[in-house]
Amino acid sequence: MRPFGYLRVDSVDEAVRAAAGQPGAQFLAGGTNLVDLMKLGVEAPRTLIDVSRLPLDRVEELPDGGLRIGATVRNADLAAAPVVRDRYPVLSQALLAGASGQLRNTATTGGNLLQRTRCGYFQDTAKPCNKREPGSGCPAVDGAHRDLAVLGHSAHCVATQPSDMAVALAALDATVHLHGPEGERTVPATDFHRLPGDSPERDTEIRLGELLTAVELPPPRAGARSRYRKVRDRASFAFALVSVAAVLAVRDGVVVHAALAFGGLAHRPWRARTAEAALHGAPATEEHFARAAAAELAAAAPLRDNGFKVPLAQSLAVGVLTELADRADRAGRADNG
Amino acid sequence: MSHPPEEAPFPPGPPPHPLGDPLVRREGREKVTGTARYAAEHTPDGCAYAWPVPATVVRGRITELDTGAALALPGVIAVLTHENAPRLAPTGDPTLALLQEDRVPHRGWYVALAVADTLEAARDAAEAVQVSYATEPHDVTLTADHPRLYVPAEVFGGPGARERGDFDAAFAAAPATVDVTYTVPPLHNHPMEPHAATALWTHGHLTVHDSSQGATRVREDLAALFKLGQDQITVHSEHVGGGFGSKGTPRPQVVLAAMAARHTGRPVKLALPRRHLPAVVGHRAPTLHRVRLGAGPDGVITALAHEIVTHTSTVAEFVEQAAMPARIMYTSPHSRTVHRLAALDVPTPSWMRAPGEAPGMYALESAVDELAVVLDLDPIDLRIRNEPGTEPDTGRPFSSRHLVDCLRAGAARFGWSSRDPRPAVRRQGDLLLGTGVAAATYPVQISATDAEAHAAADGTFRVRVNATDIGTGARTVLAQIAAAALGAPADRVRVEIGSSDLPPAVLAGGSTGTASWGWAVHKACTVLLARLREHRGPLPAEGVTVTEDTRRETEQPSPYSRHAFGAVFAEVQVDTRTGEVRARRLLGQYAAGHILNPRTARSQFVGGMVMGLGMALTEDSALDPVYGDFTARDLAAYHVPACADVPAIEAHWLDEEDPHLNPMGSKGIGEIGIVGTPAAIGNAVWHATGVRLRDLPLTPDRILTARAAPLT
Repeated sequence: MRPFGYLRVDSVDEAVRAAAGQPGAQFLAGGTNLVDLMKLGVEAPRTLIDVSRLPLDRVEELPDGGLRIGATVRNADLAAAPVVRDRYPVLSQALLAGASGQLRNTATTGGNLLQRTRCGYFQDTAKPCNKREPGSGCPAVDGAHRDLAVLGHSAHCVATQPSDMAVALAALDATVHLHGPEGERTVPATDFHRLPGDSPERDTEIRLGELLTAVELPPPRAGARSRYRKVRDRASFAFALVSVAAVLAVRDGVVVHAALAFGGLAHRPWRARTAEAALHGAPATEEHFARAAAAELAAAAPLRDNGFKVPLAQSLAVGVLTELADRADRAGRADNG
Repeated sequence: MSHPPEEAPFPPGPPPHPLGDPLVRREGREKVTGTARYAAEHTPDGCAYAWPVPATVVRGRITELDTGAALALPGVIAVLTHENAPRLAPTGDPTLALLQEDRVPHRGWYVALAVADTLEAARDAAEAVQVSYATEPHDVTLTADHPRLYVPAEVFGGPGARERGDFDAAFAAAPATVDVTYTVPPLHNHPMEPHAATALWTHGHLTVHDSSQGATRVREDLAALFKLGQDQITVHSEHVGGGFGSKGTPRPQVVLAAMAARHTGRPVKLALPRRHLPAVVGHRAPTLHRVRLGAGPDGVITALAHEIVTHTSTVAEFVEQAAMPARIMYTSPHSRTVHRLAALDVPTPSWMRAPGEAPGMYALESAVDELAVVLDLDPIDLRIRNEPGTEPDTGRPFSSRHLVDCLRAGAARFGWSSRDPRPAVRRQGDLLLGTGVAAATYPVQISATDAEAHAAADGTFRVRVNATDIGTGARTVLAQIAAAALGAPADRVRVEIGSSDLPPAVLAGGSTGTASWGWAVHKACTVLLARLREHRGPLPAEGVTVTEDTRRETEQPSPYSRHAFGAVFAEVQVDTRTGEVRARRLLGQYAAGHILNPRTARSQFVGGMVMGLGMALTEDSALDPVYGDFTARDLAAYHVPACADVPAIEAHWLDEEDPHLNPMGSKGIGEIGIVGTPAAIGNAVWHATGVRLRDLPLTPDRILTARAAPLT
């Protein structure tokens, strides 16, 4: 038997102190990914610090009109929260596009952001993987990589970040709140996940001993509409081949705000800054959406078997943006009528 | 010949009798309340737990096996390897020669088994076993021109290759032709309950609880492997959480559990981890199809060739007999049906629901649809024009064949008559809509079975037969057959199944179970009833017991070609933006003799159709050419359809009279649902998009790629 310690904590400070004093400790919340990885031998924590009972399970409206989402809010509860459904529909849609009902009832906000890649080589301890065992190699580069990255990958790792929620958070300009031995800090959601470079063992910017305590959303952009759309191999319970989170505001037929993020393409949610720059001030037409998406995806470097993701991402982004623009247009005409 | 029922019409007289009633599953309450116990849920006193060690190379030999670190872990009892495991006698199934030698024939082949006081300790010990290998070059990649391809002498009773007439000349002369290739990837059964066994030796007697489709065969093989008499072994398979063919014959878990129990002197429980299953319990072998059809302007097929290429392992020959349906389906005076296979360094393939028919009919029924397009004929009309009077390959008469009736009845229910045959003209926003049809067939086979019928003094009955319930409702339908034969209400008949201590029976596979077991039950009950009629006065306290078998009835081949038939209709939507294909509707119309229990039968038809939908759209077990294993090894990566994939499925059937089957007049229904469904969906995708995709599954990447570079 492979023994490990289990510690239940009641406060964030206690959790952080416990982690600092226990080398090889990991935080446990819903456990929907960590426990699986422990069974596979991919993760072998010496101590699990159970943070699932910390008072971080609330969704609070902030004075500035934003939203603070505690790290232990369950995915199902967050997706169903009226304030999320009304003001951040892209987030609710992304959550509901992920996993299954049973998993969403258990998985937490923090755990969802910290879940590991589903690359098959990462999950198989009998094979090399630079993410699991730095320096051992990446068989996915020439192996089974249909589901893996086309953007931002390196010779060391072509894994994709699997969370749907993270893609929506990237498009919403969320910030991730961390609490560590040296105090609290925040990281923009767009920078929270890393590109693999030569250290793919690090998925995120979280530091050793830091606890993810909350995610904060800025107030919703006035007049903007948002949408999450995910393409997958079956209708439910499958990871994204490609997904798109988009927030779009249109005034008088011109884009005044666009935030676009892709899932399934990279080691992080891929915030499409190039496309956004092209969209800002441009006519809200399919032609301009297509041009903007193409500008973003020009950087794609697909692998042997995942080239389909580039035109799929292009087509999906154009579809979602066009749909949002049409809705804005209809709403505008209704207002004027 | 197969004897038609000797006793006069059965069931005796018009209803009320319980045959054909939608009775609920007898063990349903136990299952949904969790009290039904499966193979891994038996824990004898002192039970130990086992965890196997899979090979991490594709091909080679074990050079060193160090179990020291594993044995030093707390709670570890033993590590079995080829150096210390009990010697097994050879049997006809070399996949069961476990831990007998140093050879590794494929990645995932078991090289050791750790046994410990707890499951966790066993797993930890398995991971601590150090194995060194001398590796050899391997090849797991099947190609249509693989240099090691050969034609097997025999494929499940038929020739590996068959020529009738002069195919080449007829095809060359045909005014309308199709010559197309299709591929079906490796597929996995993945029953919900993993392969599990609990084994216990007591005074030289071996008792096992095994997740198996047939405990009789498990007992036979264990007796051969361990050189025991049949009476020294008891195999229980009381409840089985699905098998789909992968539990048809004994699989490694029961042999390993019995070896470990003998080696350690402790009862041993072993549930194979989900991620091990793809390599050790069988898979549907990939098939590469070439189909050529030649027809006259009237649509009548003059030349038909179906040639398939598939793989087997170096351990055992298993042929996915995918060219077989082409021998019985359509008028074809000139025909060529050929199987070729190569023995690669892959896990050993085995049965998966409708082996042969499922992939074979995908290719054939897709090609027929393509021919209909070439001829500008309705695909149903084309099939009707090619309806043979007798079985094309043998000239034998069909015992019953209602394919045309199924096509017509299904078409009426589905609303086929209003279909616009033009492809790619039904658009709803980004969606293209289309409909498709395909035929289905599955052979009727019946095997000898023994059954006992007992009349108790209190007026109740008991039937005993070693049938297996793999989720189909075997207990329920056997009670219905017995009750009908006895002229008694079904609730007065108790049914005992699922143990090798009962009269021996054929396994639950090949859609043969209900017919084979039911015939024996019918015969025993009929003889019992006659006995009771002769009896004067009250029954003796011990009741009256009759045991009968159906050897005589089943030993001769039937002079008839006996098959169930069906027609499957599909409506799909294809998202032109994302390439996602979703089935909006599936409708199956079947002719499979008398349906004995419409509730459980519907569940089998619909379950088969859902599995066919998975084969069409989502399921794919690719082999990794470098590491030699299947890349999808859990249920997150291997995509069986989710509920959201199957919004509307209907199954219907004609009540078919066929006096040449068995006393119940039934054909098997466990497999025909998966046959035809993939082609119906593929044909609907063509109708929706105008693009013909010939490689399953039809995932978004394939749809998008094909639409970007339109195919013919």
